[in-house]
Amino acid sequence: MEGTVTQVVEVVDAKDLVRVYGEGDTAVHALRGVGVRIEPGQLTAVMGPSGSGKSTLMHILAGLDRPTSGSVKIDGIEITTLGDDALTKLRRRHIGFIFQFFNLLPMLTARDNILLPLTIAGTKPDQEFFDTLVDRVGLADRLEHRPAELSGGQQQRVAIARALVSRPTVVFADEPTGNLDSRTSGEILSLMRSSVEEYGQTTVMVTHDAKAAAMADRVLYLADGEIVKETGRSNQHEILQIIDTLDLQ
Amino acid sequence: MIKFALQGLLARKLRTALTAIGVVLGVALISGTYVLTDSITSAFDSIFTQNYKNTDAAITGKNAIDASEDGTVPAPPFDAGLLATVRGLPEVGAAGGAVSGEAQLIGKDGKSIVFGGAPNLGFSVDPALPQFNSLTLVSGAWPTGDQVVIDTKTAKEKGFTTGDTIGVQARGAAEQMKISGLVEFGAVSSIGGATLAGFDLGTAQQLFDKTGKLDQILIATKSGTSEQQMLEAVRRILPAATQVRTADEQAKEDAAGTSSFLSFLQTFLLVFGGIALFVGSFVIANSLSITIAQRTREFATLRTLGASRRQLLGTVVLEALVTGFVASVAGLFLGLAIATGLFKLFDAVGFTLPNNGLVFQTRTIVVALIVGVLVTVLASLRPAWRATRVPPIAAVREGATLAPGRLNRYRPVGAALLAVGGIALVLVGLFADGLSTKTLLVLLGAGVLLLFIGIALFSARLVRPLATVSDPIARWSVVVLTALIWPFFLVPLWLVRRLFGRRTEFPGVLPDGPAVAIGGQNSRRDPHRTASTAAALMIGLALVTLVATLGAGLIRPFEQAVDGIFSADYAITAQNNFSPLPPPVAAEIAKVPGVDKVTSVRGGEAKAFGKTITITAVDPQAPELLTFDWRSGSQASLGELGADGAIVDAAYADSHALVLGSRFPMQTATGKTLQLEVKGVFRPPAGGSPFGNVTISTATFDATTSQPLNLYTFVNMSGGVTAANTATLNDALSTFPNAKALTRDEFKKAQTDGIKSILNVLYVLLALSVLVSLFGIVNTLVLTVFERTRELGMLRAIGLTRGQVKKMIRQESVITALIGAVIGIVLGLVLASLLAARLDEISFTIPVAQLVIFAVVSVVVGIFAAIWPARRAAKLDPLEALQYE
Repeated sequence: MEGTVTQVVEVVDAKDLVRVYGEGDTAVHALRGVGVRIEPGQLTAVMGPSGSGKSTLMHILAGLDRPTSGSVKIDGIEITTLGDDALTKLRRRHIGFIFQFFNLLPMLTARDNILLPLTIAGTKPDQEFFDTLVDRVGLADRLEHRPAELSGGQQQRVAIARALVSRPTVVFADEPTGNLDSRTSGEILSLMRSSVEEYGQTTVMVTHDAKAAAMADRVLYLADGEIVKETGRSNQHEILQIIDTLDLQ
Repeated sequence: MIKFALQGLLARKLRTALTAIGVVLGVALISGTYVLTDSITSAFDSIFTQNYKNTDAAITGKNAIDASEDGTVPAPPFDAGLLATVRGLPEVGAAGGAVSGEAQLIGKDGKSIVFGGAPNLGFSVDPALPQFNSLTLVSGAWPTGDQVVIDTKTAKEKGFTTGDTIGVQARGAAEQMKISGLVEFGAVSSIGGATLAGFDLGTAQQLFDKTGKLDQILIATKSGTSEQQMLEAVRRILPAATQVRTADEQAKEDAAGTSSFLSFLQTFLLVFGGIALFVGSFVIANSLSITIAQRTREFATLRTLGASRRQLLGTVVLEALVTGFVASVAGLFLGLAIATGLFKLFDAVGFTLPNNGLVFQTRTIVVALIVGVLVTVLASLRPAWRATRVPPIAAVREGATLAPGRLNRYRPVGAALLAVGGIALVLVGLFADGLSTKTLLVLLGAGVLLLFIGIALFSARLVRPLATVSDPIARWSVVVLTALIWPFFLVPLWLVRRLFGRRTEFPGVLPDGPAVAIGGQNSRRDPHRTASTAAALMIGLALVTLVATLGAGLIRPFEQAVDGIFSADYAITAQNNFSPLPPPVAAEIAKVPGVDKVTSVRGGEAKAFGKTITITAVDPQAPELLTFDWRSGSQASLGELGADGAIVDAAYADSHALVLGSRFPMQTATGKTLQLEVKGVFRPPAGGSPFGNVTISTATFDATTSQPLNLYTFVNMSGGVTAANTATLNDALSTFPNAKALTRDEFKKAQTDGIKSILNVLYVLLALSVLVSLFGIVNTLVLTVFERTRELGMLRAIGLTRGQVKKMIRQESVITALIGAVIGIVLGLVLASLLAARLDEISFTIPVAQLVIFAVVSVVVGIFAAIWPARRAAKLDPLEALQYE
């Protein structure tokens, strides 16, 4: 928070993250000492098979779960020691979410769903930004519809607009295409890619879809609670090969 | 499948318990009612049989007329000479004579001792024949001369012991008497808070103004003679106007008044138990519907695994059966607590009921279990049937929901038909002529029941508009209530939490816009669910509103009636405001300097045109202080009734074709027949007439009545109502501690207090239904929170704080409660207006203040109902909520 800090503040800076579920013999080590820095303005993909700890990592980075030990700083603020209310308010300002199951409120219109984070925080929407955003995700003529009247792809576009509308420090996306067919998946991914390019929106995406990871500027590979490899921008084929060599299937 | 049903119940323990709570409370009221009335009956039985345990037969005076159902005319006393004759019979082993009456005991503070509204009983006791005494000597000795024995309760509570002097007042002025001992009534320390006083026969006869007379002769058969022989012997010598009964018959006769009262009380309380159960059945049906909707996938999976529809139906009904049974057993035992509570409730409103320990009959168990299980199973039928409509394909479909039933589109029509049918039954019941009371009540009950169900089903259509209107009201009423308790509760709570190191936000008062907005939208989301939840509260509030409106409608015309009839400055009444007073009280007042006019109204019963009617009597001063609305005759005729003049009310005159100058015979309680001439016909005020069908002169009344009593005494004083005059009157009454002087306004208030305390009893009983509906809201909210777990997780993830989650749930709860309140209050007013249109005694008055209170109570119900579900929702870990499926 200190405005006088001159060095570049990492958007997300996590160190030595350990997360253990349960105790004793039945203890499960979901994370075994993970350190990660998320660069601003980049799309980072976290890949790994189920049980690799990738979802746990994302939840901890987003302030939804607490590590057993280790530290997470978002925009320079240590979040692992924050109380629930403070953490909630930090999420309002710094974090946006895109969920696998969209998680829209069924009784709200698309417009109200998009504006929900601002409504909750009690801030006025920037009308101009809202309009370009809605235009960009292609929902201009769907704003007064309720989720039940929208297709899966349209629902996820609403969810993306909702995540972006408050211009959070970082957007976390949890398997954003996991519940969509491949054509819609492509549209959603290019939408996320363009939000990084056009608005410089820092985004972290957890996925096991190589096609999704191929959109990322950086790919982290997780296995058994540890980061086993990191690559820069790669194509789908390269990613699949890495997965193969690392035996991450 | 049975195993599956039971495991399902266990897995959803909490939800099952919440569902069952309506049944528990309803059954508890029913079992409590039975326990209460059985306990009272047994207490009275023990009193009455105890009374005659050494007696084979009893001789009493005989009224010439049959007392009316709630008759208060005591049998007239007879000549004491009969006792010697009876004793002389060879078949009689022993015989004792007794008199009884009202004997007021006066406390050390000079005020008469009254426990609640209980009577003050006085008896004669015969130390020589203790086997006949109704009183049992506990300590000390039987009284002689100017001595008295009093009951142990009075002695204990008012600080008297044997040897003390106590004031006693019966028909005459108060006297000081020495306490020779303490007594109990049979084995009971007190009957319903009544005070007891015992005197020797001579003293009692003098006190009760029955010198040379007896009320009762108790007879024991001589050994070796059969009871039958003795009775025959007694009958041969029995003079007119007396009768002999066996001890059993006499005990039954004594108990007749109380048992008709008890059966009324029982029905009355059972009705409220039924209402609570009815409300409970809404809660059950609603909870089961929600649970079944949530278990759609589970049912579908069962279907794919080969379960038949019948098996699914069986599973759900079996669950209901088990729930109903367990809930009924719980309710049964809670009923014991309710019975104790009801004893206390009646005690608190000045109506002490006798209690010798709680009686738990087999009938109570059987009825409570059957009713509880039946209601639960009936309520489960519709949801169970819906469960069988789940297609197997729903097992594999994402986000499968229960398809609306086939009959769903006919629902509004059906609901409207039910409501209209209900109203029609009510109208027929109210306005059709010649219905018996029973038919009328059945029609009204069934009509209101149908109306409630119809409105409940139809109200889903009203939810959206009502919720929109209620939204800001809910918001601001919560703000106001929060602001009210803020300094007394919220801030101290926050301080305590801070002291224990909990990091909590300083409590605010203003509403949280976003949270409240989402809560408001949630309430409009599933109108059927909101409507069913609100319906439970609607029923309670409709009935409470009905009671309040009828109460107000009863009190106002009553006050108008008092204003219209009595133009006096003061009224003299008993300390309990309703007991009649002996004439010497009025005589004493007449002697007070400054008193201009005194008039008394006497009351009793008589028989005319073959029926027992209530009669009143007025004295020559009446025209000055009483004003009648004359159809024929005039104020003057009121004072000139003479030996044969009568005034009749308009309705009575119409039904017996009486006009000015008509003559008709009337038989008085002592058997004398009066030939009366109609001197006037008056229109009684709408608020109820204080006069009987027939009013005669006091002189004629006294000549034909043993022990006349005054219903009302009114006084005019020079200077009107002043503090000095009030003091003068009260001074004059110091020899009659049971009497007090009330100003005209005090008198009105005292008379309406009775109505108000009855209203309070009704409110308390209906509060139980409101409580059941509160649990209904809790239940719906908990189920809803459970259903919206993932959604709550998302909201928490994108920035809703725990506090906001709570406020969101609370808003939904308060809106639901307000919807119930609005529909309920409107419905209550409609029903009240129908009743008021039918009944002359009731005018339709909207009790605005009470209605505002009811609305506020509804908001409070909403707030309370939300506390626990909101906590559960706030505690949800956003992460688990997101992963939840």
